[in-house]
Amino acid sequence: MISKDYIITSTEGIHARPATALVKLTKNFKSTISIKKGEKTVKLNSLLNILSLAAKGGETISIIAEGEDETVAMEAIDQFFNEHLKDL
Amino acid sequence: MMINGIGASPGIAIGKAHVIKKQAVVLTGALLLTVEDITIAIEKFDAAVAISVTEVEAMINNHDASNGNEGLEILEAHIELLGDPQIREDVVEKIKMERKNVNDAVIEVIQAVVDIFKSMDDDYMSARAADVEDIGNRIVKNLSQANNVGNQTYEKDTIIIAQDLTPSDTISMDITKVSGFATQVGGKTSHAAIIAKSRGIPAVAGCGEALQTIGDGDTIILDGQIGKIIVNPDEDIVKQYESQREAWLKELKLLRSIKDTPAKTVDGKEIKLFANIADADEMEYALGFGAQGAGLFRTEFLFLGRNEFPSEDEQFEFYKAVALKAKDKPVIVRTLDIGGDKQLPYFNFPEEQNPFLGYRAIRFCLDRKDIFITQLKAILRAGAFGNLKIMFPMIATISEIRAAKAVLEEAKDELAKENIAFDKTIKVGIMIEIPSAAVMADRLAKEVDFFSIGTNDLTQYTLAVDRMNEKIKDLYDPFDPGVLRLISNVIEQGHKNGLEVGICGELASDPKATLLLLGMGLTELSMSASSIPQVKNRIIKSSLPDARRVYEEVMKMDNSQSIINYLQEKTQ
Repeated sequence: MISKDYIITSTEGIHARPATALVKLTKNFKSTISIKKGEKTVKLNSLLNILSLAAKGGETISIIAEGEDETVAMEAIDQFFNEHLKDL
Repeated sequence: MMINGIGASPGIAIGKAHVIKKQAVVLTGALLLTVEDITIAIEKFDAAVAISVTEVEAMINNHDASNGNEGLEILEAHIELLGDPQIREDVVEKIKMERKNVNDAVIEVIQAVVDIFKSMDDDYMSARAADVEDIGNRIVKNLSQANNVGNQTYEKDTIIIAQDLTPSDTISMDITKVSGFATQVGGKTSHAAIIAKSRGIPAVAGCGEALQTIGDGDTIILDGQIGKIIVNPDEDIVKQYESQREAWLKELKLLRSIKDTPAKTVDGKEIKLFANIADADEMEYALGFGAQGAGLFRTEFLFLGRNEFPSEDEQFEFYKAVALKAKDKPVIVRTLDIGGDKQLPYFNFPEEQNPFLGYRAIRFCLDRKDIFITQLKAILRAGAFGNLKIMFPMIATISEIRAAKAVLEEAKDELAKENIAFDKTIKVGIMIEIPSAAVMADRLAKEVDFFSIGTNDLTQYTLAVDRMNEKIKDLYDPFDPGVLRLISNVIEQGHKNGLEVGICGELASDPKATLLLLGMGLTELSMSASSIPQVKNRIIKSSLPDARRVYEEVMKMDNSQSIINYLQEKTQ
């Protein structure tokens, strides 16, 4: 299991557009990938779940990957966050 | 209570109302009883989601990038939401654990999500509620369509009451039990009217909002000749109409008895009476009315009520079935006339200000050559099994018919290369329904083997009257002298150039117009099958010199009211 924390920078939180891209990206991997905010953890394969987290600017979220390709998956997600963090 | 509308298909019907409600987003409260019901409910949900995804994908594929990509991103989010595992999990749980029917399960799950989003203290997130609501409505809509197919059975003598009936409505309807139609909108040429006429079912259209007062199970008397509906009449009136219905059925029988009588004028001129059809069943039905072929085979019905374009093989089988049914009788196959009022669930035509003047029929086909050539190849192949002809709709200019013919040649070349049998000498014609084509008939005649005059659209375009617009429906008038002059010109120029000329609009089925059309020199009339006997009944009582005189008289008149009065007098 790998986990990494990110701070949402956009004041509006995670928008549907980057969230859609994130869900699509997640589907490429076999690992179970989750997103955690506070006490709440939801799977990253559901746009609805991500939107329901209502992560806002300044809040910290964690991405958790677990499975055979967790390293590759995490690298891809990390790259996505680095490129798109301003949108999140 | 009495409601007046437009007589859309003649005859008297008496029966119980079945009201078709468009608003499908209502809880039904029905619970599932068996394990099998649960399995079916989940399958229905998955099927409805699949249809919904196809619809949204079609919208994305047809997205106009020049308008920016804002809408596109929303649609992509919709696809994600439609396939969202959380939504599916919640729906399946409601079906399995609470035994909710699939419609209710979806509505409740969507409502719960919408409530969460709306409660978020965030404008952006609460706006996403609209997206969830949108995909929810789409699924529910597609659920009810999936429910309808093959499932919609009625009691005997049902009268369908609806706001409007779209082609996909009537496709999913078992109309063998339906004895009448009544719609709030539409007129003589709306889809419901055409279907009703082709099946010999009385119909009243354009009844307006008064129709909303009718409830399921109300007793209805419907007079499709004069366009009148009586709701919950007393017994005396029912009795009176029952005898009228008897008389109508008797007349119908009488007219059908002349089925095998040739349509010859008193002086021995044989007139060809064809039927307008949509599939092999209707071809068979039309032969029962004495049709000598099909003057208009509308192919778009194969394209409706499904989730993707039909393949070449599937189209081939569909056209071949008609060709075989018709035996050696001619069948004029009209290529895809889609767009305008005829939409496809899997292809998103752009919203247009004037769809009737827009991206439709041959314009769409010439733009989407892939779809066009597939259809042409299928028709050519089916032509090897009967006497098929190809007709292109909505031709406005010479260059369009030339372009269409070029694609036809390409289709032939492809089939020749593939070594597949086809009709190499298939006859090609055009539908004359745009005034420019009617005016240019002399030149267009050099390009084709036959003309068929589509009077419905020709009237609409000549008089600039939207035939679906209730407020101006009275202006829609095929007896307008301007329209008649165009028709007459097409016939004259066609015959001068040795072409076969036919007519396939509603005017052909109006017995008042029969003498006039014969007088113009027409020898081929194509109409809804059920109209053939009454038109034949006119023909066998007329002579060509009489018809010629009627035509000459009519051409002297300057307004349609005098023309209609005169023709009515001549018809009696």
